[in-house]
Amino acid sequence: MVHSQHGLHVLVCGGASDAHTWNLVCLQLLLEEAGHRVTNLGPCVPEELLAQECLTHRPDAVVIGSVNGHGYQDGLRAVRRLRREPSLAAVPVALGGKLGVDGVRDAAAADALRAAGCTAVFDDGDLAAFHTWVGGLAGHSAPTRTTADLGVRAGATADLGARTRATAGAPTGGSRA
Amino acid sequence: MSTGPSPATAPASPFGRFVADAAADGRLVVQPRMGFGDPARMRHGLERTRFAAATTVGTLTLDSYTRLGDHAAVRRALRAGLPLNGYPLVDLPAGRTRRLLDGLLGPDFPVQVRHGSARPAAIVKAMTRAGLDATEGGPVSYCLPYGRTPLRESVDQWARACELLTRLVPAPRLPHLETFGGCLLGQLCPPALLVAVSVLEALFFTQHGIRSVSLSYAQQTHPGQDEDALLALRRLAARFLPAGTDWHLVLYTYMGVFPRTGPGARRLLEDSARLAVRTGVERLVVKTAAEAHRIPSVAENIGALESAGTAAELAAARLRDGRTPRCVPPADSEVHAEARALVEAVLDLSPDVGLALRTAFAHGLLDVPYCLHPDNAGRARSVVDASGRLRWSSVGAMPLTADGPPGGHEVMTSAGLLTALNSVALRYDR
Repeated sequence: MVHSQHGLHVLVCGGASDAHTWNLVCLQLLLEEAGHRVTNLGPCVPEELLAQECLTHRPDAVVIGSVNGHGYQDGLRAVRRLRREPSLAAVPVALGGKLGVDGVRDAAAADALRAAGCTAVFDDGDLAAFHTWVGGLAGHSAPTRTTADLGVRAGATADLGARTRATAGAPTGGSRA
Repeated sequence: MSTGPSPATAPASPFGRFVADAAADGRLVVQPRMGFGDPARMRHGLERTRFAAATTVGTLTLDSYTRLGDHAAVRRALRAGLPLNGYPLVDLPAGRTRRLLDGLLGPDFPVQVRHGSARPAAIVKAMTRAGLDATEGGPVSYCLPYGRTPLRESVDQWARACELLTRLVPAPRLPHLETFGGCLLGQLCPPALLVAVSVLEALFFTQHGIRSVSLSYAQQTHPGQDEDALLALRRLAARFLPAGTDWHLVLYTYMGVFPRTGPGARRLLEDSARLAVRTGVERLVVKTAAEAHRIPSVAENIGALESAGTAAELAAARLRDGRTPRCVPPADSEVHAEARALVEAVLDLSPDVGLALRTAFAHGLLDVPYCLHPDNAGRARSVVDASGRLRWSSVGAMPLTADGPPGGHEVMTSAGLLTALNSVALRYDR
């Protein structure tokens, strides 16, 4: 994989209770194709481990993907833990995917996540908005990069959660809580 | 059925005995993936399963907090009356679960506990206290795909779980344990690796005292390749499992992204039932048409069981009167040769299967494509070829040959991966 010298180092992971992998693999590929470097911690990352890995890797951004319906609860715990570290107070943190169990967008949950320190919330896996956000971040360190450079494909911007959801990721109780 | 269960000589686990009797009678056993937090709803689900118009066994699927051992979270949810995504077996009193099973669980209706835990000791203790003796999982399959528990720890924990099962299930009953190794990551894992891990996990169970096992395989992307895989699984189980082991095969209806249309979902389910029958598989774990959208209801589960049961019955009748041929093992299929090479390479590492599995993953002799676990080498990659078969685009250090399409070492793109993940759903929704 060729990385743009202006690319970001992005740390990708799943929520503490979320065993899904395919969404994280897809996120990694999308970010790498946009010229970023990815450290992928995989599924079921407890907030303490996430904080330690962020302190070790010093990523330019943290992206937490969620499919199992615990995105809100897991995400809240994760971002609060990260913001307790003074050196991580400013790192951009994005959360995306299925935030709740009922499959509808929840503006109040997204507001609560932002209030707790999330820089961006992409409910229902809105990949187009996610690309724009990452492009904006990269723009700060790489002024030549624009959203169009990120190679957003129409076919890849559909709901990532739905397109990677498989029961294999959640042996217990199906795909959502 | 051919060389699988041997009802006359094998030891009696109630679960294994029920499946062997059904197989001897030419009936496919069908099973749901059902789990509810509310004991009353769970009982209702088991009652409906037992009395469905098919040969059924029951399922008690546990919630994800229990899977992770987060019992504080389970108790918080129970106190607050919050819904759980499965049955909280460990944190409810054993008496409550016994009441739930009373009059249902028995030789004519065995119930399997499904959980997904790499640290299953507490679950094994709770299930045996409640009178249950069948469960599933494995040191690799319940570790690598689902979290970050080190493989070394999962191997130790699963050895302990096997020993607890043999000790805590009272004689003359024996425990039954199913491998989940044939379902790694659910999709895009070439069949040979699924077959090999399933065989190795079954060997691991028998090495730790389990005498009644089943070996899983999840339906993948191509029916012919799936037939080869199931026949290879039977051949390798017969070859490698110790004499006197009671065993059968279990097929999982496709576990990847499921068709979104009702007819598409139903066709895929019925195809899995027919695949099971023509390959002599004894048990099928079904999925429902609701699966692509949310957790299925009891009624949807029963509908899936009865659809699969009916498809299986028709397929069995066609086999009996010779309208469709039964699959016979080819001299040596590609899947069989590859799976056997993997099993033998691992067993060469140590007579202790647990240690052999750990060493194999450390050296990349086993390498699950796209699996992000720190103990997985992560060099293997797979593709779906033009015919719909799963192929290796990269084998890493596994003793196999990459067989992807020409020039298949190219990097997988996000669009390519999404296409592969959705290929079965798209084909059935058409």
